[in-house]
Amino acid sequence: MAQTVKDRVVAIIAEQAVLDPSDISPESTLESLGIDSLGLVESIFAIEEAFDISVPFNANDPAESGFDISTVASIVAAVEALVAARPA
Amino acid sequence: MNRVVITGAGTINALAHDVTGTLEAFREGRCGITELEIRDRDRLSIQIGGQVHNWDPEAHFNRQQIVLYDKFTQFTLLAAREAVAQAGLNFDGHLGYETGVVLGTAGGGVNTWDENYRAVYEEGKNRVHPFVVPKLMNNAAASHLSMEFNLKGPAFSVATACASSNHAMGLAFQMVRSGGAKAMLTGGSESMLCFGGIKAWEGLRVMSKDACRPFSLNRNGMVQGEGAAIFVFEDHDHARARGAEILAEVAGFAMTSDASDIVMPSKQGAARAIGGALRDARISGDRVGYINAHGTGTAANDKTECAAVADVFGPHADRLMISSTKSMHGHLIGGTGAVELLACIMALRDGVIAPTIGYEEPDPECALDVVPNTAREAQVDVVLSNAFAFGGLNAVLALRRA
Repeated sequence: MAQTVKDRVVAIIAEQAVLDPSDISPESTLESLGIDSLGLVESIFAIEEAFDISVPFNANDPAESGFDISTVASIVAAVEALVAARPA
Repeated sequence: MNRVVITGAGTINALAHDVTGTLEAFREGRCGITELEIRDRDRLSIQIGGQVHNWDPEAHFNRQQIVLYDKFTQFTLLAAREAVAQAGLNFDGHLGYETGVVLGTAGGGVNTWDENYRAVYEEGKNRVHPFVVPKLMNNAAASHLSMEFNLKGPAFSVATACASSNHAMGLAFQMVRSGGAKAMLTGGSESMLCFGGIKAWEGLRVMSKDACRPFSLNRNGMVQGEGAAIFVFEDHDHARARGAEILAEVAGFAMTSDASDIVMPSKQGAARAIGGALRDARISGDRVGYINAHGTGTAANDKTECAAVADVFGPHADRLMISSTKSMHGHLIGGTGAVELLACIMALRDGVIAPTIGYEEPDPECALDVVPNTAREAQVDVVLSNAFAFGGLNAVLALRRA
């Protein structure tokens, strides 16, 4: 069965956090997983490459980037929206 | 120890192709950041920059020179000609042996890398021009400067990312001060505004798509620039003996390393460099009237820099002025400290403080007098120029009125 968007995003975050995907809960924050600002931009790059999407994210102003990075669940939701909006 | 003075200055940047025009733009608070005119711009998500417009290398160099000079070398030579002409020095005789050149550049011949990678990777060519290596090497500009002016003393280039120019000028200062050279040509140059040069920066996600607004609450990143500025640093007694016009005295310099993070700035590292430059100059902090900030317009730099200034100066931090001219000419990376030294000279000589333009909203974490949007008349006796590079490398110069 094909992996869901959620599975793939969690796998990317888990790799960055050097954790097993099963240790990543939807409520986890990147900070709680030990992912810093460099880890964050690297994760976003991996997500863009994995889904062939462009993530609107500016490290200077994460709150106004329109890409909610507050928790793993919010990141998954944002990626799902971008994937759904992807041209066919 | 010898005193060191500046007797010549030259530049080319997004604001103007000379010092007079650049200072005029500083006074007017004019923005030189525009839509970029480069190949494959439509594939970039960042499409603005402090680009040098109307650049015509053939107006300044012959064909044999142009095939050897990357744009960063061309910019350097043009700025150096202006600086040497102002200084009125001739290096053909013995002075040539006692004069050297130290230049800052982070990327060297980035356009040459970019064009030739295109040729071999994109166009599939299996041959490149024979001068690719001598054209792109970081020391090319320093070497061509030495050849053009017969400078036979110490000559090299310094690459410390965004602090390259300040490190270069600091080393040149130390050489003249110690007696290792009578004069030095110094400053820096950068020309990264090509597809690969901007694409690399895009990756880090710290760039603004619309403007560079240092210290403003709504700042959203840096904007790249290009160009060069070159200065003649000269032994004070040598300059006085020949009746040269002195633009400013270089009074002190300090450099520190954060030893902590490859991109995030550190308040302590910056503060140690600022305090170190003052001690080196034997000047007390309350005499500083103006600081030309590193002021990149990123969230992290500007608040860290303001906190460092507040730490070093205490209550005097609220009395001094601090501005970032990157809002006008963009961030020239390895050449930025050199162009910004012009604002320091203008403050000391003309009593005009260059503004931080694009300033829209106060940020409580940058609660200093950032000279918002409009230049200001003020007499200052001592100024500092900050540069804090990726990699945690900090370099601060202190200048005094001549």
